[in-house]
Amino acid sequence: MTGPTTAAAEPFIRLDGVSKVFRARRQEFLAVSDATFDVNEGELVSLVGPSGCGKTTLLKIIAGLFPHDGGTLAIGGAGSDFDPARDVGMVFQQPLLLKWRRVLENVLLPAEILGLPMGEARERANGLLDMVGLAGHEQKYPYELSGGMQQRAAIARSLIHDPRLILMDEPFGALDALTRERMNLELLRIWKQSRKTILFVTHGIAEAVFLGTKVVVLTAGPARMADRIDIDLPQPRTLDMKTHEQFGSYTRRIYHLLGVE
Amino acid sequence: MGPGLSAQTIWRWTAIVLVHLAVVLIWYLAVKVGKVPKFVLASPGDTVLSLFDTYPWFHNTMVTTAEIFGGYFLAVVVGVGLALLFSWFRTVENLLMPLVVSLNMIPKVALGPLIIVWFDYGIQTNIIIAFSISFLPILITTARGLREVEPDLVDLVRIMRATRRQVFVKIQLPGSLPYIFSGMKVAVVLAVAGAVVGEIIASDSGLAYLIGQVQVTLDTAAMMMAVILITLVGVVLYLIVLGLERLVVVRDARVETV
Ligand SMILES: Nc1ncnc2c1ncn2[C@@H]1O[C@H](COP(=O)(O)OP(=O)(O)O)[C@@H](O)[C@H]1O
Ligand SMILES: [Mg+2]
Repeated sequence: MTGPTTAAAEPFIRLDGVSKVFRARRQEFLAVSDATFDVNEGELVSLVGPSGCGKTTLLKIIAGLFPHDGGTLAIGGAGSDFDPARDVGMVFQQPLLLKWRRVLENVLLPAEILGLPMGEARERANGLLDMVGLAGHEQKYPYELSGGMQQRAAIARSLIHDPRLILMDEPFGALDALTRERMNLELLRIWKQSRKTILFVTHGIAEAVFLGTKVVVLTAGPARMADRIDIDLPQPRTLDMKTHEQFGSYTRRIYHLLGVE
Repeated sequence: MGPGLSAQTIWRWTAIVLVHLAVVLIWYLAVKVGKVPKFVLASPGDTVLSLFDTYPWFHNTMVTTAEIFGGYFLAVVVGVGLALLFSWFRTVENLLMPLVVSLNMIPKVALGPLIIVWFDYGIQTNIIIAFSISFLPILITTARGLREVEPDLVDLVRIMRATRRQVFVKIQLPGSLPYIFSGMKVAVVLAVAGAVVGEIIASDSGLAYLIGQVQVTLDTAAMMMAVILITLVGVVLYLIVLGLERLVVVRDARVETV
C-alpha cells in the first residue's frame, strides 16, 4: 500500500500489516495480525473489537512499550518531531492513581518523570483539573473520589505533558452506564478543547460510533482488521444522535462485521 | 479525614480504655469473690504494690526495653535492607530467599543456648535472639510490597522512559510502605517474645530473668507485675509503630493486620 506522498496528506499514525507474536513456554501466540489503518492528526479514532482480540496489545505497540514483529508502524510522519517519550499520554481502564498522592500531585507525575519545569506544570495541572471538572478537588486523595472522578484525574494526568497523542484503553469500561455516557460527552468536549489526536479502545460498539470520527473494527482471534468506517455524524455529537437512523446503521454494520446479528 | 479529634476517635479510645479496665475489674472480682490464694493469683492492688518491693524494677525494665527495641530496630533495618537488595538484584533474591526461609524454620528457642555459647550471655545476645525471631515477617512483607507494583502503572511511566530509579522512588517504594508497616506490626510481638526467650534461657538481668528469680520465693504479685511491664514495653513499641504509620501512610493505603 502506498499512500499519498505530500506532507500535508500524510497521516499522523500509519499502521500497515502490523503483527505481534507472544512467545511463552515455547508456544507462539499471534496476538495481533495485519493491523492496517491510519489516524490523522486531530482525529478521534475508535478501536472496537471483542475481548482478547489484541486491542491493548496494539495500543502498547503504538505507545512504544514493546516492538511489533511484522509490518510497519510510523508515527508523526516523515520529518516531524514526534518524541515517543513526550508525545504519548495514556489512560487505562483503571485510573491507576497513586494512593498516597493527592489529585494534583498525581496529575503532576508525568511532568516529574520527564523533568519538566514544575512551576509551569503546576499551573497547567490546575487548568487541566478545571477542564476535566475536578476544580476544588485538587487536594483530595484518590479514595475520596468516585470512580468517574478518578478517571477524570487520570485523563488530566495524560494531558499534563501536552502530548500530541492520547491512547485510551477502555477508559470508561469500569464505570456504570450513566457515568459512562456522561464521560463520553466530557471526552468529546476535552478532545475539542485540547485538539489532541485520540485513539480510543472500547468493546462498546455504540460508544465507538458515538465518539469516533472513524471506527476501526477488529475481529476476534488475532486482531484481524475487519474494516475502517468513517463516521459522518455531525460535530459536536449529542446524545440524541444515538437514536438517529444513521447511528443505527453504523452500529448494525459493526455488529454484522463482528458476527453478532 | 484530618488528624483532628473526631467523635469517632474519642469513642475508639474510650472503648480501648474501658475494655482494659473491665479486664482489671474481672481480675479483681475473681480474686476477691473466688478467694484465690495469694500465691496463685495476686490481686491487682497487690500486683501494683509489688513495685515498692526491693526488686530492681527500673534496671530490669530498662534492660528488657533495650533488648526488645534493639532487636526490633535491627530487624527493621536488616529486614527492609535485605528486601531492597532482593528487589534490586534478582540473583541475590533467588540465592538467598530459600536460605532465609530454611533458616527461619530453625526453632529460635532451641538455638538460644547456642547463641549464648557464641555471644556469651547478656543484653547483646538477647538483642540478637529478638532480632532473629522478628526480622523475617518484615523481610517477607517488604519484599512482597516491593514486588506488588501495578504493571500498568509501570507501563504508564515506561512510556515516558522513566528510569529504574524513578520507578523505585516514585512508585515502588511509597507503594511498599503499607506492607513494610504491616510486617513491622507483626514483628513487635515476636521481638518481645525473642527478648523474653533469651532472658529465660540465660541472663543475669531483665524482667523475664526477674520472673525466674522471684518464682523461687512464690512472689506471684511480682511475677505478674513483671509480665505486665513486659507487655507494656511491647505496647509502647507497637504504639510508636502505629504513630509512625499514621504519619507516613495515607489512610486508604494502610494494610490492616493485628
Ligand atoms: N504479555 C503477553 N504475553 C502473552 N500473551 C499475551 C500478553 N499480552 C496479551 N496476551 C494475549 O494476547 C491476546 C490479546 O490480548 P489484549 O491485547 O489484551 O486483548 P484486548 O485488549 O483486545 O482484550 C490475549 O489472548 C492475551 O492473552
Ligand atoms: Mg484490553
